[in-house]
Amino acid sequence: MKLASAEAPPLSGRKLPESHVGDQAFKGLTFGMALAVFGLVILVGYELANGSRLALHQFGWHFLTSTDWDPVQEQFGALPFIFGTLASSVIALFIAVPLSLGTAIFLSELAPLWVQQVLTFFIELLAAVPSVILGLWGIFVMVPWLREHPFPWLRQVFGFLPLFSGPIYGVSLLAGGIIIAIMIVPIITSVSREILRSVPGLEREAAFALGATRWEVTRVAVLSHAKRGLFGAVILGLGRALGETMAVTMVIGNRPEIAKSLFAPSYTLASAVANEFAEATTNLYLSALFELGLVLLGVTVLVNALARLLLKTVAEPAFQ
Amino acid sequence: MSLKTGLPLPAPPGSPEAKAETLGRAGVGIDSKQESYHRWRNVKNGLVQAVTCLCTLAVLLPLALVFNHVLKSGLSAVNLTFFTGLPKPVGEPGGGMANAIVGTFELLGLAALLGVPVGVCGGIFLAEYGSTKLNWWIRFAADVLNGVPSIIWGMVVYALVVVPRKGFSAWAGGIVLGMIIVPLIMRTSEEMLRLVPQGYREAALALGISQWRTLVQIVLRTALRGITTGILLALARVAGETAPLLFTAFGNRFWNHSLNDPIAALPLQIFSYAISPYEDWHRQAWAGALVLLVLVALVNVSVRLLTRERSNRGRLPL
Repeated sequence: MKLASAEAPPLSGRKLPESHVGDQAFKGLTFGMALAVFGLVILVGYELANGSRLALHQFGWHFLTSTDWDPVQEQFGALPFIFGTLASSVIALFIAVPLSLGTAIFLSELAPLWVQQVLTFFIELLAAVPSVILGLWGIFVMVPWLREHPFPWLRQVFGFLPLFSGPIYGVSLLAGGIIIAIMIVPIITSVSREILRSVPGLEREAAFALGATRWEVTRVAVLSHAKRGLFGAVILGLGRALGETMAVTMVIGNRPEIAKSLFAPSYTLASAVANEFAEATTNLYLSALFELGLVLLGVTVLVNALARLLLKTVAEPAFQ
Repeated sequence: MSLKTGLPLPAPPGSPEAKAETLGRAGVGIDSKQESYHRWRNVKNGLVQAVTCLCTLAVLLPLALVFNHVLKSGLSAVNLTFFTGLPKPVGEPGGGMANAIVGTFELLGLAALLGVPVGVCGGIFLAEYGSTKLNWWIRFAADVLNGVPSIIWGMVVYALVVVPRKGFSAWAGGIVLGMIIVPLIMRTSEEMLRLVPQGYREAALALGISQWRTLVQIVLRTALRGITTGILLALARVAGETAPLLFTAFGNRFWNHSLNDPIAALPLQIFSYAISPYEDWHRQAWAGALVLLVLVALVNVSVRLLTRERSNRGRLPL
C-alpha cells in the first residue's frame, strides 16, 4: 500500500468533502418540505376552483346573489348560506369579543400569578374540546335549555323587534352564534393575552410611578399600546368563526332561508357542505357545493391574511 | 399662571391656598373634592376587576358544563363492550365502538407518517436556513393555511384522492389529517428550534462537525422535547376533527381490513349517532364523547404539565 498522505492532492484541487454534499442535500430536503406550504395553498385553490367549474359556468356571478337552493330543479344560489355564515359569525363576535377581552385583561393585568396560570390552563383546555363534542352538548343540553328559558323571555321583552319575534324551535341562528362564540373565545383570549403581555413592562411601571391605579395603568399604558394587536386577535377569531362546521351544523337548524328573526333556523356555507356533500346526486349539485367551499375559502383566507398582517407587525419585533 | 411654562404658580406664602397645599402635600388634609376623586378612581378600579373576573367565569362556565355533562352521561353509558364490541344494527341495544377507537388511532398514525416529516423539515428550514423575505412568506402561507376551515381540506382530498380512486378510504382520511397538521407542526417546530442557544451550533461547527449533522444530532436533539410536544398537540387537535373525514374516511360499521376501504373514526361515529333518532345511539354518542374527550384532555394536560417551565419562553403558535 502506498502512503496516502504523501500523494494527497493540493487543497484547492480536491473534490468537495462528503459532508458538504450532505449539507447541500439536507438543505435541499428541508427547503423542499418548506415549499410544501406553497404547494398546499395552490392545491387547495386549484381543486376547489376546478371542482366548481361547472357551477361557475352555469350560474356565473348570479350564484352569489340568488336565494334559490333547489337540488331537484338544479337551481343553486349561495346567498342564504353567505347570510347564515356572516350573521352567525357576527352574533358570535358580539358575545365573544367583550368576554374574551375582559378575560384577557383580567388574566394578564389584574389577576395574581397563580390564578393566571390555573385559568389559562383551563382556557387552553376549552380550546381543545373537539367541535363535535360541543355540538353534541349543544343539541341535547344547550338547545333545549335555550328553547325553554332564555328564548321565550327574550321574545316577551324584546318581541316588538323583528329580531326577536316568530316561532321558537330551539335550533336557530342565535343558537349557532352562541356555540360559535364558545368555540372562538379561547383563541381570541389567548392571542389577546399574548399581545397584552408583549407590552413592555417599562410602560406599566411609568404609569404606576405616576400614581395610576391598576385599571388606569391597563387603560393608559397597556390598551393604547395593544389596540392594533387586539384588533388582529378579533379578526383571527372571525376567521375561525366563519369556518366552524360541526358544532354549528348540529344546532343551527340547516334551512337555507334568510329570516329576519334570530329564532329562525339558518344554514352556513360550511354546514351545507358537511350535510349535503356526500349525498350530492348530480354533477352540477356537487359543483355548486364546491363553489360554496370556494366562497368560504376566499373569505377565510382574506380574513386570516388580514389578521396575520395585523398581528405580525405587533409580534415580530419581539423576535429580532 | 407663569408665562413661560403654562403651569400654575405656587400660591404666595401665607395665603389660604398655600396652607391647603402644604397640608395636602403632607397627606393630612386633602381637600374633599380631591378625596372623592381618589375614591372614585379606586371604586372604578375595583369595578373593572370585578367585571373582568366575571367575564373570566362566564368564559369558563361552558367548559365546566360540557365536562360535567359528558362525564355524567358518558359514565352511565360506557362499559366493557363499548371498548370491545362492534356497533349493533338499529334496534338492537348494546354494542360498542371498538372499530372507531382503533380507526381513530390508525388515521392519526397515517397522518403522523405523512405530516410529521414535512412539518419538522419545514420547521428546520424556517429556523436555520433561507432568507428573511422568503421565510416571511413561508410563515405567512403556513399561518393562512392554519386558518383554512377543516371542511375545505376534506373537499380538496375528496377531489384529489377519493374521486380518482373511486372510493372513500382510510388513506384519504390519513392524507387529509396529514395536510392539516403540516402547517401546525411547521410553526411549532420552528419556535422550538429557535429556543436552542446559538452557542450550541457554533460549538459543534467549531469542532468540525458538518452543518447537517450539527442540526440533526445537536440542535434537533436539544429541541426534541418541544417538537414532540408540538406534534402531540397537533395530533390531539385533529383527533377530534369530524368535518374533513365525512367524505374521505367516511366511516364504517365494521372492522377495516384494508387502508383502501372506508374506516370508522370516533368523531364520525359520535356525529352520526348524535343526529340519529334512537335513544340507545344517543347514549353511545355520549360514551364516545367521553372517550374522545378524555383522550384529548389527557394529551393536553400531560403535555402542558411536562413543558410548563418552557411555556413562557416558547410560544406555541395558534
